This record gives sequence, C-alpha cells and structure tokens, in this order.
Amino acid sequence: MTTAVPMLEISNLHARLADGREILRGIDLAVNSGEVHAIMGPNGSGKSTLAAVLAGRDGYEVTEGTVSYLGRDLLSMAADERAREGLFLAFQYPVEIPGVNNMYFLRAALNAQRRHRGEPELDAGQFLRAVRAKLKFLDIGEDLLHRAINVGFSGGEKKRNEIFQMAMLEPRLAILDETDSGLDIDALKVVARGVNQQRAPDRAIVIITHYQRLLGYVEPDRVHVLQGGRIVESGDKNLALELERRGYGAFGDAA
Amino acid sequence: MTASTETFRTVRSLAQEGYKYGFVTDIEADEAPPGLTEDTVRFISAKKEEPEWLLEWRLAAFRAWRTMTQPNWAKLHLTPIDYQDATYYSAPRQSAGPKSLDEVDPELLRTYEKLGIPLREREALAGVAVDAVFDSISVATTFKEELGKLGIIFCSMGEAVREHPDLVRRYLGTVVPQNDNFFAALNSAVFSDGSFAYVPPGVRCPMELSTYFRINAAKSGQFERTLLIADAGSYVSYLEGCTAPQRDENQLHAAVVELIAHEDAQIKYSTVQNWYPGDAEGRGGIYNFVTKRGACRGDRSKISWTQVETGSAITWKYPSCVLEGDHSVGEFYSVAITNNRQQADTGTKMIHIGKDTRSTIVAKGISAGRGQNTYRGLVRVQPRAQDARNHTQCDSLLIGERCGAHTVPYIEVRNPSARVEHEATTSKISDDQLFYCRQRGLSTEDAVSLIVNGFCKEVLKELPMEFAVEAQKLLAVSLEGSVG
Repeated sequence: MTTAVPMLEISNLHARLADGREILRGIDLAVNSGEVHAIMGPNGSGKSTLAAVLAGRDGYEVTEGTVSYLGRDLLSMAADERAREGLFLAFQYPVEIPGVNNMYFLRAALNAQRRHRGEPELDAGQFLRAVRAKLKFLDIGEDLLHRAINVGFSGGEKKRNEIFQMAMLEPRLAILDETDSGLDIDALKVVARGVNQQRAPDRAIVIITHYQRLLGYVEPDRVHVLQGGRIVESGDKNLALELERRGYGAFGDAA
Repeated sequence: MTASTETFRTVRSLAQEGYKYGFVTDIEADEAPPGLTEDTVRFISAKKEEPEWLLEWRLAAFRAWRTMTQPNWAKLHLTPIDYQDATYYSAPRQSAGPKSLDEVDPELLRTYEKLGIPLREREALAGVAVDAVFDSISVATTFKEELGKLGIIFCSMGEAVREHPDLVRRYLGTVVPQNDNFFAALNSAVFSDGSFAYVPPGVRCPMELSTYFRINAAKSGQFERTLLIADAGSYVSYLEGCTAPQRDENQLHAAVVELIAHEDAQIKYSTVQNWYPGDAEGRGGIYNFVTKRGACRGDRSKISWTQVETGSAITWKYPSCVLEGDHSVGEFYSVAITNNRQQADTGTKMIHIGKDTRSTIVAKGISAGRGQNTYRGLVRVQPRAQDARNHTQCDSLLIGERCGAHTVPYIEVRNPSARVEHEATTSKISDDQLFYCRQRGLSTEDAVSLIVNGFCKEVLKELPMEFAVEAQKLLAVSLEGSVG
C-alpha cells in the first residue's frame, strides 16, 4: 500500500519551552508518502509541542536532533515557507481574526502557495468553483465562507473549517492536532470523511489524538504512542485498540 | 486624447520633469523673505494681485493670530515651532528640490515605487479632474472646459479670486472664520493658493474633482485654502492626495478646507494623506495642523468626510460637520495610522443644530512602533435639534508593545430627544493570529496587511474605488517592518 518515498524523518528531536522545560526528549519518527500515521498520547506527553515544532511556531527551542522534510532541513525554514512547501497544520484551537473574510483569507493563502510553486493565481471565479466542490463534499454551509475567520464559529464549525482549508490547500504533509477533540459524532464523521478523501499516494497525514475515537473512521497505517516526550511504542492499527483497552499507563512504564 | 490620458500627462509633466513648463525662474522675487509680519502678508497679497478687501481680510486674520497662542490641548509632543523662521511664500521653480531621481534618497524612492506615487497613480484615475498644488502655488487644473459646460467652476483659489470674486467673497471664512483657531488664523493671513470649486444648482458633477498637494521647497510651510460650494440639489465628490519629499527638518502644513452644502446638496470629500512621516527615530516629517469643516446649510443636505491618514510626523485634524439644515446628515470615516514615532490626534466634530439631523462616525486608529494615536471627537446636540441621532464607532488596533491608543470622546447634549451612541473597542494583533496566517503560507507582512485591511474595511469601502486600492497599498507600506 505504501510507497517508499520518505516524506518526514524526525531523528532524536529534543525541544524545550522558553522557560527551559524540556518537552520533547528524543523523538524518532519516519512517515512515508501515501501513509496515514496516528500519534496518540495522554495530556502533557508532548503531542501538541511536536505539532508546533514541526509547523515552526515561536516559543520553542530545538536543542538536539534533525527533521528532514522532502529531503530538506525543515527546522531551517520559516513557518510561512514550510506552509508554502506543503506542510499544513490543522489547529487544535483555530484562531479568530475579526474583520477578515474567511474566503478572502483562504484565497490569499492559496495564491501565495501557488505563486511559490510557479503556478498561476486563481481569480475569484475559479476559486469559487473550487470552493463549491469541496464544500458540498464536507457538508459545510456557504455562509461560513462569508464570515470573519473563525469569529463566532462553534467548536465543530472551527474544526470543519480547518479540514476545509486542508482540502483547498492540498498539502503534501498534513498534521491534524487533536482535530477530533470536542466534536460530536456528526462532526467527527465529517472530519473523517475529509481525511479519507485527502488520502493520496503523494500525501502523508499525521493525526495527533488523545482518543481512539477518530480512528474508528480513519484507518491509520501506523500508530505511535507518545509518552514523556518520546515515542514508546509503534505498531499497526491494532495498537490503538490495545491502547483503548489497557490505557496509557500500560505503556508509560516502558518509557 | 482621452480624459484620463490628459490628466495623467499634465500632472506627470509637472512632477517628473521638474516644472519645465515655463514657470517663473526669477527665484528671489518669488520667495517671501523669512518671517511673518504685516509686510509678509502684504507681500503675498501683492504678489497675487489681490483686491483690497482680501488684503484687509488677511490683515484682520494676522492681527487675530498675533493675539493667539498655539493650542496645547492635543495629546502631541512637538518641538516648538519658530514661526519667524519659516518662509511663507514659495513659488515653484526649476531648481527646487532634487534635480534628478539620483539625488533622492533611495529609501523614499522605493516607497514611492511601491505606491506608484506621486503621479503614476494618476494613470489609473480615469476621468478625474486634478488641481495640483506644489508648495504654495496651484500649477495646473485639468478638465476645466468640460466642467465649464455644466457651469461647474473648478480652479485654483488665486484664479477664483480674480475670476469669481463675488463667490469667493460671499463664502470665504463663513465656515471657518479667520479667528477660529491659531492655525486657521495663520492660514487666513498667509494662504497662498488652494482649490476652489462651485457646483451650480441641480448639477451632478460627472467626475471626481481632485487636488494633489505636494510640499517641495525646504523650510517652507504650506498654507493652502480650499473652498467648495455645492449649490441646491447638486452633488460633488472630491479627492485630496498629499505627499512631500523626505527632509530632516519638520515642515509645517496648516491648511483650511471649507465646504458648504445647500439644500439637498451632497458633498463627499475623501483624503489620502501621505505626507512624509519622519524617519524611524522621529527626525523630520510634516507637522500637519489642518482645519476642515463643512456646513450643511440647507435642509436635507449631506457632507461626508473620508480620510486615510498614514503620513505626517504630527497630525492635528478634526474634519467636522455643522448640521444647520433640518434633516441634514454628517458622516466621518477615518483610518489613522501611526508607526515609528508618528503622533496623531484626530477625530471630528458633529454639531447638530437643525431638527432630525443625523451623524455617523467610524474611526479606526492603528498604532505600531512607538506611534501614539488619539481619537478626539465631539458630538454636540443644540437645544433646537429635535430628534438628533448620532452613532459613533471608535476602534483601535495595536501592533507591538510600545505604541499607544487613546480615545477622548466629548458628548454634549442639550435636547432630551437626542439619541447618541458611542461604541469603542481596542484590540491587538496577536502572535497567534500571525502564526495562523503564516501557517497557511502568508508572509508576516501580508498577514499584517490582511488583518489591517480587514480592520479598516468599513472605512475603505467609503473611498472611491481607485483611491481605495491606493489606500490599501499605502496601509501595507506604512506598517512595513512593524512586526517581527
């Protein structure tokens, strides 16, 4: 099923917060093109820190280790450059930006990425056609587009909006940071449908989650358990079920 | 030749080719000696061959000015201005300013390049009649003939005094009297030129009228005076653009704009102010002390001010509406940006005198760097103003840690039927917002400009379209380097 093109290779990654607390303590992870990986772990295990470091968020210091993305040194790239190179992060807490139209924002982002790839920009008409096709698929109302970015959105709408952005931007590597948290079952299905629809041979998806719930709808190729800033166990989809049954405590001792 | 091409060519020839079209070259004779005395006022009036009544009018203003002191109630820190050290009259001449683009500071050139300013912007402004004021003198007015066919007068103030003395005499100083305030009195004494427009009853002016101001000469102040009259049932939209070259010393700009709207008339007045703001340490830049006021004289008249203030070291400016006619309407839409060491104290006054008068104020202040931005606005409802209504929306956006935003509303209501609403918000561009935008592929600067344009949308949509595009670019350039 998987092709052997390395998309993301993390080795011995250590990172700490500005206050000196070390959160990531030697992560090793390889994700190939075409694969879906799930990273599971309890609160405070470093899941969101890993996502933030990969996306290039300020406030974290990498003290050791390397990250290679499509053969390039990811850590030397600025956050916006990573995005233009096809790395997408679905936010655990999508940010509200008052006054800025959701659709205008998405078109600006898409065109920034297209310019970067040397592709022609989409005009408003072309963009709208592309948008309509994706909206229908994700069961998102068109009114969402004309509102300010995430302002007044319900929790479920915010998460759907993240998946919608992913679908529009068509990234090479998508990282979903607890996209399933706080969703009712309908919203969860929408998110799952979006992820499944995005599965492609030239794309990799990393799902960061606390619960096994989403994995009932999205079948991962690999499952990793993150504990104390390290990956303590890796396996196939059955690992998620085992985790659900036995709890994180059973793996914590291994760390 | 199409209208827009003519405008473009006329104006470009003035700016880019260094006033080569036969302006006076006798330099000494065309500059008043420095300092300000009654003789200076007489010199200016004589230079402009003005009638006796106007000289007397100026002298009355000068005498009033001498008894006044510079106001200090605004939240502005400025170095004292030596009014005897400035030059109060300077006509353009070939040798003024840099001789070629090579002599201009490249940083300023890059800014202008990005903006398409000063004059390439005019290419896009199809069908705009332009009056260009360089230093003290109005150098050209385009489209006069076409406007003349409709009875519209659009010319320099100097020409209006010569050709239409009755109109000028009837209206000059009726909205902003000579002794209105310190800067208006100064302007009244020494104003050298400016624009004049008169739209006759029932005429809808078919194109935007525009004045383009530029301060060029060193150490000179600019004191232009604009007078705009919309007679009964007429409509006019007026644009004003401003730039100045980069200089180390501060230059003084003290203009007066008077608008008069008669019964059922409408005036829309838009300004994009991009005077040189000074450098990052606060050296140089324009001191902009401007008195702008419109009188809604007739019933159902309407005056709408829209301003985008990005330049100047100091902005002191309160475009106001005096709502005399019943059912008259006043509007004020403003974006003011202060970056680096810029300071702005700006807002409006809405004076409700007639019955059922309405006013709307939307003020957006953006502060970055060490900029200080103050909104100061007065809403006054007079005893006779039955059922007056006002809505004020006042929003501040902060970028960074060292800037400031201040809101100083004054509300004076003397009629119990009035409805006055004031809403104010302050927000900050957060690191989270910037990261969210960058994670989608936008550069930091694009992200800031996206957020800022979203913040200003309500005001920008009031601008004529071509101007709105310029204004958006200007916002982005003004905030360059303010983050990260």
